[in-house]
Parts: sequence; structure tokens; C-alpha cells
Amino acid sequence: MKHQKIAFLAMAALVVVMPLFVYPVFLMKVMCFALFACAFNLLVGFGGLLSFGHAMFLGTAGYAAAHSAKVWGFPPEFAILFGTACAFVLGIVTGLLAIRRQGIYFAMITLALAQMMFFFYLQTPFTGGEDGIQAVPRGRLFGFIDLANIWAMYATVAVIFLGGFLLIYRVVHSPFGQVLKAIRENEPRALSLGYDTTRYKLLAYVLSGTLAGLAGATKSLVFQLASLTDVHWTMSGEVVLMTLLGGMGTIFGPVVGALIIITMQNYLAQLGAWVTVVQGAIFVLCVLTFRRGIVGELANLLKKPL
Amino acid sequence: MPEIFGIPTAALFGQLLIGLINGSFYALLSLGLAVIFGLPNIINFTHGAQYMLGAFCAYFLLQKWGLGYWWALLIAPIAVAISGVVIERTMLKPLYKLDHLYGLLLTFGLALIIQGLFRNEFGSSGQPYPIPPELTGSRNLGFMFLPIYRAWVIVASIAVCFATWFVIEKTRLGGYLRAATENPELVQAFGINVPRMITLTYGFGVGLAGLAGVMAGPIYQVSPQMGSDLIIVVFAVVVIGGMGSIMGSIVTGFGLGVIEGLTKVFYPEASNTVIFIIMAIVLLIKPAGLFGTQK
Repeated sequence: MKHQKIAFLAMAALVVVMPLFVYPVFLMKVMCFALFACAFNLLVGFGGLLSFGHAMFLGTAGYAAAHSAKVWGFPPEFAILFGTACAFVLGIVTGLLAIRRQGIYFAMITLALAQMMFFFYLQTPFTGGEDGIQAVPRGRLFGFIDLANIWAMYATVAVIFLGGFLLIYRVVHSPFGQVLKAIRENEPRALSLGYDTTRYKLLAYVLSGTLAGLAGATKSLVFQLASLTDVHWTMSGEVVLMTLLGGMGTIFGPVVGALIIITMQNYLAQLGAWVTVVQGAIFVLCVLTFRRGIVGELANLLKKPL
Repeated sequence: MPEIFGIPTAALFGQLLIGLINGSFYALLSLGLAVIFGLPNIINFTHGAQYMLGAFCAYFLLQKWGLGYWWALLIAPIAVAISGVVIERTMLKPLYKLDHLYGLLLTFGLALIIQGLFRNEFGSSGQPYPIPPELTGSRNLGFMFLPIYRAWVIVASIAVCFATWFVIEKTRLGGYLRAATENPELVQAFGINVPRMITLTYGFGVGLAGLAGVMAGPIYQVSPQMGSDLIIVVFAVVVIGGMGSIMGSIVTGFGLGVIEGLTKVFYPEASNTVIFIIMAIVLLIKPAGLFGTQK
């Protein structure tokens, strides 16, 4: 546990120092996606449930936050809360459906449900279709912090990211997290020990979706935009990739994965469809050669969980 | 103009025909997935990309060597099947003993690679593929015009589906196959080469996707994205039907195509989502799927 605390402090220090060297908007993007990937990892890495539709949480919360801030004039803290709450509700509804099947079916069902949400957002008028919701006002946090100031926005995102990360860390190390891992390893045995595995899985799914929503709502304020990209299935694939590359079931893996994938997208952006090819190649390479991911292999080398 | 429920019959039958066409592809693709599902721990996310490969294969045969539709119908599925066999031998095989999620991630990655490469080469626009001269034109049925090529697609896919069903459910080879998915060690002990059988099964399932791609060319155009959205719908079809039975996936495929077509007539706003909504309802009532058995 001690080295995990050291690693966390190092990460927090980097969050503080990095904007002196790197463009802060880029770092905010990385933090939003890192939180998204950590939330996803909570479900796949610790619950063993591979969702292929996590973009629906990111996108739904993004649209809800953007709409409430722009049209209803919500202050940023309520816009983010409202977006997160919408992801929570969506998590309950889709979770009750998806949890009814396991394994491969679970992945297919979440993918299909997310595609349904995609078509819903494509057709419903408030999302602005292909244009998305643009020029979302960042507003004043708690009435007096003007988020149009990039450093205020950066600090807010940093607090949300580190807070979300700590929450996930806490959940993983709680008795609930232990039961979740037990279910991942051997569901019939956990069931025979008297754990209502369906309820645990549903709870993990809803929590994961809600935190993904928090990331999405924050992201829509940072970029002042909520668009169809965030609900498309490619986004669901990207978060899987970040988590796989960084290390499924590790605490810090998804953060590393998100950092690498976002950096790569930034550098390869002008190459168009090659990004897709490279991402596919990383998938194949990870599965065939290092299934534990970067942080997972590192932890294995150090013989300490990270 | 004659009407049913306030809808002109021509529009109704027109959408019904489109529904049957879409249903043909749903059936062919979900059938391929059901066949491959016999492989241990593999769900084939690459299926949509392989469908697209089939269509492009036909396109290349025509452009480069002037080989027409009928040759494509023969060569493209075999080419796609061979590429599938290579993939199975080199990449899928080591994954059988691992958690199912790795097979899924690998095939998803392959789909991204294939689709990305074709998008680099051809962009997002579709390439037209002509309807073969023998099947052009249409016939007046009295209540509607039936394009001959579309009739051919429906008839051919029904024939292929039933042939597959017959081979798997009624022949000795199919019996081996079903036994091998049920208990590979025992079947191996009887002297049957199970690994080779699994390889050929994957090749066959993927070949079906290639065949569907060739048939789709003249209808939907040949484009790099033609498979990616379709495969998600096909997954929903598979969840609704349940992967357990071959006949189940055929019936569900055609049935859902027709329902989708009818939705376009009566409530067009829901036509994109109706299959997913049906999936949600089926999950609530019968989680194992209409024809499936819960494991």
C-alpha cells in the first residue's frame, strides 16, 4: 500500500507541475480521459465485466451538462452534478438489462444499448445533431470563481480527477472491492458464500457509469462542446484500449494508458485513418504479447501491486 | 391507390422488401457468428470487417481482372475464408485457454486495422458495384415492382442459410462439429482432429460474411464502413435470437429485418433503434434469447 501512496503523491505532484511545461488544455483532456478510463477499469479490471458501451455515459453526461449550462443557465457545479446524475440514472436502467447476461453477451448488449443511445442523440433536437452543443458557457464556479480563466478551470479539473481517482482507489480497497474481485475470480464460489453477486455487479456497473459521467460532464465544460463523437462506439473502443494498454486491474494503468493514447492522437491527428490502424495494432499487440499492460508488467517486475 | 391502415400498399411492400433484404444480411451474418461461437471463448468482432472484405474482393476482381459477379461469388468467400484461417492459426489459437475478453479485444483490434487500412485507401465514399446483367431489371407483380437482383439476394441467402443448417444439424460432419464444441477432449480421443476442425469452422463462418459482402455490393455500394455499424445490429440480433441454435439465428435475422422495414413505414423515427428496443424487451422477458438456452 505504501508504494501506491508514493505513486499517488508523485502523480499529484505531476498534475501541479506539468502545466508549466505542457499546454494546459491538453493536460485537462488527458485528466478527463484518465478519469473515464479509471471508471471503466473499476468495472472491467476489478469486476471482470467488459462493457463495450461506456461512451454512452461519457456522452450522456456531456450533453446533459452542456444543455443545462447553456439553455437552463445552470452554474458549472450544478451542470456537472446534473450530468453525472443523468449518467447514474442511465447506469441503473442499462445495468438492470445488461447484468442479465454474462461474458461475451454482456459486451454485445452494452455495445447495442450504447448504439441505441447514439441514434437517440442523433435524432433528438436538443443535441444539435452533427453540430453538437457548441459554445457551452463555463460560468462561475460557486458564484465567484470565473472558469473562463484557464488556471481556474485547470485547478477544477485537477480536483475532480484526483478526487475521482481517490474514490476509485478507496472502493477497490474496500470490502466491496474485495467481493468484486472475488466475483471476477470465481462467481459461483462468491455466490455460494452468500454474496448476492448480481447486486454487487450492478452496483459496480452503476458506479463505473456514474464516474464516467463525471468525466464526460467535466469534459464538456472544458471544451465547451458536447458532440456525437463522445457517444459513438469508437469512443467506447478507445477507453477499452487505454485501459488495456495501461493495465487492466491496476490502479494507475488507465491513467498511463490515457496519457499515451491522447498524446498519440495529438501527434498522429494529421494522418487521418492511420490513427485507427495504429490503435488496432496496439490492441492486437497487447493481447498477443503483454496482456498485463504497461503498469501491470511494471508491477510484475517490481513484485508490488500498482 | 390502394391502402392498408392508411399507408399506400406500394410503400408498404417496398419497405417490406427492404426489410427482407436487410434481414437476409442479418441472417447470413448472425449465422456466421453462431457457427464461430462454437470456437472456445471467441466472439468474432472482425465479422463486419470481413463482410466488407468480401465486398471489396468482388470490387477488385471486377476492376483488376474483369472477373464479374458470378466469379466473385465463388472466389471472394474463399479468399476471405483463407485470410480467416490465417488469423485463426496465428492469433486466435493461443487465446482459447484465456478469458473470453481477450478474444473479443483481439478481433476488435483486427477490425480497426482492416477498416482503417481501407479508409486510408478509399476514403469514406462508397464505390459503386454494378448489378450483374443477368439480374438487372424488375418484374411487375401487380401490386409492386420487384427488382430481380433483390429477389435473387433473398432467395440465395435463404438457400445458403438452409444449406448451412442442413450441414450442421443433419450430416455426419456437422455432428462431429457439434460434438467437438460440446466436449473437445472426448471427440479428440475418437481420433478426430479437433484443432483443424475449429480452424475450418472459423474459415467457414468468416466465408459466410464474405459471401454476404459480395451480395451486398450491388445494393449498398462498397465502402470501408459498410460493416462497422451493421455488425452492432447483428450483435443485437444474436442477443435476441440466442446463439444456441442455427435455425434460431436464421429466423431471428429475417424476422427482425421485416420488423425494421415495417417500423420505417409506421413510425420512421424509431427505425434505427427498434431492434435495440426489442433486444431490451427480450432481455427482460427471456434473458437467454428467443431460441437460446442459458448456460
